[in-house]
Parts: sequence; structure tokens; C-alpha cells
Amino acid sequence: MTMSRDEIFQKVQEVLVDALGADEEEVTADATLMGDLGAESIDFLDIVFRLEKAFGIKVPREELFPAESLLNNPELVSNGKLTAQGLAELRASVPHTDLTEFEKNPDINKLANLFTVNAIVNYIDGKINGA
Amino acid sequence: MRWIWIDKFLEFESGRRAVAVKNVTLAEEHLHDHFPGFPIMPECLMIEAMAQTAGILVGQANDFREKVVLAKISKVVFHDFVRPGDSLRIEAQISSLAPEAAGTTGRILRDAQLIAEIDLMFSHIDQNLAGKKFPEENFVFTGLFTSLLRDVVSEAAGRAALPAESS
Repeated sequence: MTMSRDEIFQKVQEVLVDALGADEEEVTADATLMGDLGAESIDFLDIVFRLEKAFGIKVPREELFPAESLLNNPELVSNGKLTAQGLAELRASVPHTDLTEFEKNPDINKLANLFTVNAIVNYIDGKINGA
Repeated sequence: MRWIWIDKFLEFESGRRAVAVKNVTLAEEHLHDHFPGFPIMPECLMIEAMAQTAGILVGQANDFREKVVLAKISKVVFHDFVRPGDSLRIEAQISSLAPEAAGTTGRILRDAQLIAEIDLMFSHIDQNLAGKKFPEENFVFTGLFTSLLRDVVSEAAGRAALPAESS
């Protein structure tokens, strides 16, 4: 099954509207899940569950939100900031994301800005179209 | 679980679905205030009934090893008032089950009439919240509800799955 990026985006948009109670217009490609759309930690799982259903694929949570799983590890987070080890693991898990800004102040609340709607579309695209 | 808001299970398929009954009675004190002269079941308590039905279903799926807490009301739609004397059929099924959480869908019926649709998410709190430590003891599932499951979960499975009776 192949899908165009537009089709994928539309389905992802639907998932986020349902999971986060967001308006369709709010769910743009650049919107951040936590900052713009108000997602909380449990919502990430909800999104994973819904994506699995919508696309009929298995979505390991740490694969879709690699940075998020770091937050639950006390060795990698201290006082609300990523530790050196945490930063190293983050770099390894999101090789295509520019982290220079984030590294200056690795506040985990800002980590949230790394999750955008587009990141989900990219992930699904890679998963079903092998891009 | 500190209090029981469902009366019994009618059906219980481990890891899949459960059906419980809640009988509403004018003996429930809050109905006299909600509202004076017009007693109807508060909708939040319909969610509670679903949370207990679905929560026990999710807990039993992992032999009550996890502390299962309600984390999100994914969807809720109410279609009608519930009055004293009504008998509610609460149907819950597990839609997703992961190591750290579970999603359920459900509906509440009175006879054949749809009263509410309620989808929930539960967190296994030991697996979340940045490694925050909780008491070893499973304070969510106490022996209080053991009898609820006794008749619907098969004998052997039930003995293995249920925690010992406690106060």
C-alpha cells in the first residue's frame, strides 16, 4: 500500500484532531504537539494507538517519539534538564534533527518543540512508503 | 480501589471485554441534590462506572501486577438522562494494550437504548512518570472487588489472578 504525503497528512490530521481535541486548522505541518496542540504525556500513547489503527501498522512508541521515551528515564533527566548522557542518547535517536539551539539549554519542556505534526508524517511516510 | 460503583459483572473475557451492571437507586444520597425534585445520575458517575468496569478489565489482563489509573477520557457522549430505578449495562472492551498503558472503548445501555459512549485511557503508573516511585503494594486493586470477579472469571484463572483478600 502506498499513500501520497497529502493522504498521509490528512489521516494524521484526523488522528490529532480526535486525540487532542484540536481544530483542524490548528493541525498544520509545523505545529508542535505539546506547545501548539496541548498534548500531554498520555496523549502520545493515545496518538500511537490511533495511528496504528488508522494506518494498520505497528508503531513502537520509542520509534515515533524517541525523545519522549528519554523523559521517563531518571538517569537521563535531572532537575527538568537532560543530562549529558541524555543529550547523547537524544542525538543518537534523532539524527536528522538540528539540536544546536536545544543543547544550549536542554530543558525538557523545550524538548517538546521537537515533536511536530510533520515529524509524524515523515515517520509514517517512511514506514509505509519506505521513503 | 476505594469504592465500588458497579454491582456485578455479567460477562468477563480476559484481555478483551467485560460487561457490568450498575443499578441506580433513590437510596443514593447525592440524587436528592442532583437535582431536588428531579433526580438524575450525574454524568461523571457514569464515567466512573465505565472507569471501574474497563479499569478492572485492564488490570486483570496483566494479572493485577500493574497499578492502573484513569489517565484520559478520550471520548464521551451522553444520549439520555439516567433516573432512579434504571439498570445500566456497561460494556467495555480493550482496544489497545501496551506495557505502559491501555485504551478502552465502551458504551452504556439501558435495555436496548444507548445512554453513553465512553472511551478511556489508563496508565500503568509504574511504567510512566519519569521513574517516580510508588508504593510496592498495589493500592489500586485491593481485595475489595474480589467478589465482583469471583463468579465471572473461571475458578483456576481467578485464583491465580486475584490478590488476596485485604481490608
